[in-house]
Amino acid sequence: MTVLSAASPPNTRGKKLKPRRRRKWTGWGFVGPFLLVFLFVLVAPVVYAVYLSLYQDKLIGGNRFAGLANYTQALGDSQFWTGFERVVLFLVVQVPIMLILALAVGLAIDSARLHWAPLYRIAIFLPYAVPAVVGALMWGYLYGNQFGFIADLNSWFHTTLPNPLDNTLMLPAIGNIVTWEFIGYNMLIFYSALRVIPGDLFEAAELDNASQWQIIWHIKLPALRPAILIATVFSIIGSFQLFTEPSVLYPLNKDVIGSAYTPNLYAYYLSFNGQEYNYSATIAIIMGVLTVIVAYAIQRIGQRKQEA
Amino acid sequence: MAVTEHAPSGARRTVRPARHTAKRWNPNKRRKSWKLTAVMTLGLIYSLLPLFWLLVNASKTQANLFSTNGMWFGGHFALLDNVRQTLTYNGDEFLHWFGNTLIYVVVGAGGATFLATIGGYGLAKFDFPGKRGVLAVVLGAVAVPSTALAVPTFLMYSKIGLVNTPWAIIIPSLINPFGLYLMWIFARDAIPNELLEAARVDGAREWRIFFSITSRLLRPGMITVLLFAVVATWNNYLLPLVMLNNPKLYPLTVGLVQWDAQSQEAGGAPIFNLVLTGSLLMIIPIMIVFLVMQRYWQSGLTAGSVKQ
Repeated sequence: MTVLSAASPPNTRGKKLKPRRRRKWTGWGFVGPFLLVFLFVLVAPVVYAVYLSLYQDKLIGGNRFAGLANYTQALGDSQFWTGFERVVLFLVVQVPIMLILALAVGLAIDSARLHWAPLYRIAIFLPYAVPAVVGALMWGYLYGNQFGFIADLNSWFHTTLPNPLDNTLMLPAIGNIVTWEFIGYNMLIFYSALRVIPGDLFEAAELDNASQWQIIWHIKLPALRPAILIATVFSIIGSFQLFTEPSVLYPLNKDVIGSAYTPNLYAYYLSFNGQEYNYSATIAIIMGVLTVIVAYAIQRIGQRKQEA
Repeated sequence: MAVTEHAPSGARRTVRPARHTAKRWNPNKRRKSWKLTAVMTLGLIYSLLPLFWLLVNASKTQANLFSTNGMWFGGHFALLDNVRQTLTYNGDEFLHWFGNTLIYVVVGAGGATFLATIGGYGLAKFDFPGKRGVLAVVLGAVAVPSTALAVPTFLMYSKIGLVNTPWAIIIPSLINPFGLYLMWIFARDAIPNELLEAARVDGAREWRIFFSITSRLLRPGMITVLLFAVVATWNNYLLPLVMLNNPKLYPLTVGLVQWDAQSQEAGGAPIFNLVLTGSLLMIIPIMIVFLVMQRYWQSGLTAGSVKQ
């Protein structure tokens, strides 16, 4: 059911504290406040959106029950599916690149063969502290041909580099921003998991004269499996929900990004410029359900591999 | 587990669980590699270059942004002047947004931490009817991305009249399922059941036990959750974007994007120097928080990715 509970640790836990076996209601006093707010913040909007998605507000006829009409409309909506295909493409290319780089950096910092390792760890994690909005603004300027990095390169080398913000390069340009923001975060997930591998495993490997690559392959990577699974699931959710970066870059090339670049952007556009609340709710729900299904499927596949 | 409040003795050691320290195979004997360091330096440059660029360009006047080389300081050093202009532009707009962000962070992230702490403690240390169901639902919600909820939440809040109020930002920030998960794990391991039983034998009430005894033991976990919640609220963009159309209520993220849109607009007053300086001002506090509280990040990520 859950993403997190799936990740069983590579090393078994020492002792497990059992919760008090008192069948009493006291616990509700502590959990109740969270749950009440939870119902209002998470459950109610979803229920209301489902309700909205079953209605249509027409100029003639007003607001009335429409069954699954909004859903059938979405299934045939090429704008929605183009956006969806775009985030899938993004996910298939960007997520592996980012995670492999993060893994390499994490292994390098953990290897103890790096000079000034803490400096590298902090510096590479630092972009995660930059709000996505500021990250996207900054990279947008860097890509730009006015006072950005591309403009500088062009003037130094007298070249005309392709514009990263044009039609073909926009998606890779966004991918670079997301990669920049999240390499450090994922690196720290991997690094943290590497730090808790029991030392005796390495001692044994050392006695067997195992090479560094063998240690990585046979000890470190298997131990990292749950962490990789978690990072993958969160990255997939992030790609499906892509919004901030294209939304901030929108003024730089309105024609390319348009109103339906990603499904989230589309749902936003439908609500605010189109006032199509019912349809917007439908899109948001379809996207949410697809996200959860994919996250769940990846997790199941990962778990099965782990058991095998 | 890994979150213990012992004094940091070198960055590598701080987050390592105490039980491994003695046994850990000592990696520091290994020879450092310059080749690896050189490759990693590329990653370091990639991570820091945009931030350096931001610092350089925040120190230029609007005119010099376009006339001088973007990768180095040039012309008049205008950082302080830019800061002054940023803070006073359009009737101290920036300061208002900064104040709003602070309120959203303090109330939203503070409330989220409190709810997650008592909830996690309740789940870890009490047995009560419906507990398994609560766990399943709340942990399942970790996979529900907050961006997917923004549009449905907007639709619901506009129905009940919460749109365009600070509550529209604060209430959704109060729920942090990942925080609850971390506190649940943390409370399970950090609070000995014997301690609770002893306090109960003494006749102390449950809430008194919580505030006088357990909340102290939970503090390191609380700080980790607070850190995650602060960053999430500080960086929040989509939610305030959909909820607010009164610029007086904007947080910094939405305000900066509005300044950028005004600058990109044909015929609008370009204030790129202020967008850049504002971005710089916005990331400085959060970076300080990051650097000071590094070890809490790592322990949170360890718990999230490794633990059961």
